[in-house]
Amino acid sequence: MTTDALNPDVLPDFLKDGDDRAVVLEARHLRKYYGVKRGVFKPMATVKALDGVSFQLRAGRTLAVVGESGCGKSTLARSVTMIEPPSSGELHYDGRDVVGRSAADLKELRRTVQMVFQNPYGSLNPRKTVGSILTEPLVINTNLSKDERRERAVAMMGKVGLRADQVDRYPHMFSGGQRQRIAIARALMLSPRVVVADEPVSALDVSIQAQVLNLMMDLQEELNLAYLFISHDLSVVRHIADAIMVMYLGKPVEHGAKDVVFARPRHPYTRILLAATPRVNPALRLERVVPKGELPSPLNPPPGCSFHKRCPYATERCGVEVPALRPVDDRLVACHHAEQMN
Amino acid sequence: MPLLDIKNLSVEFTTRAGTFRAVDGIDLTVDEGEVVGIVGESGSGKSVTSLAVMGLLGGNGRIIADRMSFAGTDLLTLEPSKRRKITGKDVAMVFQEPMTSLNPCFTVGFQIMETLRVHEGLTGKALRHRAIDLLEQVGIPAPETRLSAFPHQLSGGMNQRVMIAIAIACNPRLLVADEPTTALDVTIQKQILDLLVRLQKERGMALILITHDMGVVAETAQRVAVMYAGQLAETRPVADLFARPRHPYTGALLDALPERALGKRRLPTIPGMVPGIADRPAGCLFSPRCRFATDRCRAERPALLDVDNGRARCFYPLPDGQVAAEGAIQ
Repeated sequence: MTTDALNPDVLPDFLKDGDDRAVVLEARHLRKYYGVKRGVFKPMATVKALDGVSFQLRAGRTLAVVGESGCGKSTLARSVTMIEPPSSGELHYDGRDVVGRSAADLKELRRTVQMVFQNPYGSLNPRKTVGSILTEPLVINTNLSKDERRERAVAMMGKVGLRADQVDRYPHMFSGGQRQRIAIARALMLSPRVVVADEPVSALDVSIQAQVLNLMMDLQEELNLAYLFISHDLSVVRHIADAIMVMYLGKPVEHGAKDVVFARPRHPYTRILLAATPRVNPALRLERVVPKGELPSPLNPPPGCSFHKRCPYATERCGVEVPALRPVDDRLVACHHAEQMN
Repeated sequence: MPLLDIKNLSVEFTTRAGTFRAVDGIDLTVDEGEVVGIVGESGSGKSVTSLAVMGLLGGNGRIIADRMSFAGTDLLTLEPSKRRKITGKDVAMVFQEPMTSLNPCFTVGFQIMETLRVHEGLTGKALRHRAIDLLEQVGIPAPETRLSAFPHQLSGGMNQRVMIAIAIACNPRLLVADEPTTALDVTIQKQILDLLVRLQKERGMALILITHDMGVVAETAQRVAVMYAGQLAETRPVADLFARPRHPYTGALLDALPERALGKRRLPTIPGMVPGIADRPAGCLFSPRCRFATDRCRAERPALLDVDNGRARCFYPLPDGQVAAEGAIQ
């Protein structure tokens, strides 16, 4: 595997960014393969949904994972939250390895990571009141009494900007933005160290989106939370992230500090994503690099660089040789021509 | 004379809770070959406006308007059978969700040819050739084989191209695109927007682009109408609107974009939310969320007033460079 060229034990210094905050989550060569049936007499095909992803996440920091549908963002979220075990690779929480643990250990570890889902209309049980939605994690994971649980739920509602008298209301009585506040409150009930947010604002209107982003940033500061922020919206990512990892077809293609990557993207895909994001301010619009074609089938990815068929800068070499993830100009890039990207 | 001319359009829905006015006194004109963007948050009435124009409102929707005409034909008094001859032919529509707007039981070829059969009376080989030609125009590779594909065999972007092919099949003079790219990835969104603009230019078609994405409108439209709670808040040429918004709502929406807050820790926000059925304020609909609201705003509904190059529904239009969102001065 070419992505192994990067040894995560010696993560390049520029990714650490002189940061002395504690590493709460570390992933090394995370892989998740799914078998897919193609027919009775055909062999099973393999989809490499996640193919060698390594990163570190520090307390109080935000790592944004960016990419289009099918790039492995959600599989990454499912692996990191221990909903599904990875096929191979290591996952460490506070230095403790997760893979291969017993069910009881996993139950304990799962408290350290919680998730906020994309669609606040689908992720809250419509038959439960806000109070019971928020206290459910406590029922399962703690020995608190009923009154204590309710007290904590009400306190958390205050923290996310909901009123205490709304505790007995049902989700349908709230707007989309308020529902996302409830989802965030639920994720925080067990005081996790890491919150995985899968497109948390993409279902919300602009004015509400700003409110929820502000709330997330305030909570991060107050509780020293680490965010794994999954999004396709680069303007949102630019606002909230400290580091960014761009993924394509299960692999990271560019990974580095936000300012470094945005100032001068080195991977053609990152450039295309940036150029394709609609801008209000004409001065911010980039030269139009129009992407060709669509995402190839993950069942049958092209040989060589998986992006070469859509890439305006592709050469013959790109169709043959898989580019390794390597350090270029203070970030990791998987492109043969990263040096020429200006 | 404008191609589409709408004066004082309201749409009411009768619900158990009473009558709800989803669209409230909209004026909208679209000239031949013009690209008009309609922006607004969810519930602002932008989709209902487009459905009213298309004549696709459900049974409980009631249209009240002083004038609604298309190319000189009065749409308000037109018989349904004649209206159907215009809808899908001279006025066509592209919907938000390509996966659910196409019929999963029929091939895309059948669905394109259906339109051509009904409106143009084509049959046999000519019909098939036109369908292949259309798929080619919207950039679908290997169109002959794609004719027999079902929607579930194509990606979201490809399905949206098929939707566009159906919409432009009869050379419409006006194309209404309701959030045509919301369900798609950014790179595919770019391809679809480029396609729509190219077709619009080639055919001199008028285009109404409905979206919640300010960036999409800014890059595509010539004139923009901003809607808030069923009313028109502001309508201006695109460059003026984004450089010098006059309505506090437009200004605040722009301020709240992450793109505009580069380097700031907190995003400016608009407090509160869009009023619902029950809690419509007496005065200006935006007054409870507006930083500049006065007693007059809270008591009296402003009319659309002339501002530079357009109109805005505000007693006190924003001066140049005024920040409208809460917490933007940092």
